[in-house]
Amino acid sequence: MSIELDGKSYETDEEGYLVNLSDWNDQLATAMAKADGATLDENHWEVINFLRDYYEEYQIAPAVRVLTKAVGKKLGKDKGTSKYLYELFPYGPAKQACKYAGLPKPTGCV
Amino acid sequence: MATKKFLYINRKPPHGSIYALESLEVVLIGAAFEQAVTLAFIDDGVYQLLQNQDSSAIGTKNFAPTYRALGDYDVNRIYVERESLELRGLVKEDLMPLTWEDEDDDWAEKDSIHVVGSAELAEIIEQQDVILNF
Repeated sequence: MSIELDGKSYETDEEGYLVNLSDWNDQLATAMAKADGATLDENHWEVINFLRDYYEEYQIAPAVRVLTKAVGKKLGKDKGTSKYLYELFPYGPAKQACKYAGLPKPTGCV
Repeated sequence: MATKKFLYINRKPPHGSIYALESLEVVLIGAAFEQAVTLAFIDDGVYQLLQNQDSSAIGTKNFAPTYRALGDYDVNRIYVERESLELRGLVKEDLMPLTWEDEDDDWAEKDSIHVVGSAELAEIIEQQDVILNF
């Protein structure tokens, strides 16, 4: 599978996750969200950028429980709830946000 | 979901085989499902926790930074066998610092790595429900 943007093709796996992390950019994230019928606002970006930082530091995409806790610590307690994150990413915060962030599917995510 | 005590015993060096990385992934999955996870590092497995690993020359992913995420997953019982360290001329300071934050103690940062002798490790093994060897 692949995703097309500005005449270029980017390889994805069968669930739409980017195969090459280095392909990622803002426009690609926006395009992936659009394909799911979603629009990214600053709250989405906050989580997406958080995930990219987390991956950079630990080389993994965190499981949702870990993400929730870490977001609460970094971005404020009101944001560290599954309700808040599921409102932003209804298909599952770790799963959907990681996809837009260009990361692999989180370990332990089914 | 009933909680079981899982012990993952790591015996092999980090690179050259898939054991260390596979173990780490299974550990993270088990921890994500909120099982009680304990890790043990014995024999060449102690090399998995060495500081400043760089695998670029052999073209494999350096997954060492991922061990530092274990604290986030509430994996804070990490036992390293003293005899295995000594046999390899290593001390605890050669290992990367792994910590966790204790929610019940005002998020105090605490050490996850415990160096134990083989007799103590045997007792820890004795207390487990499920033991997985890598």
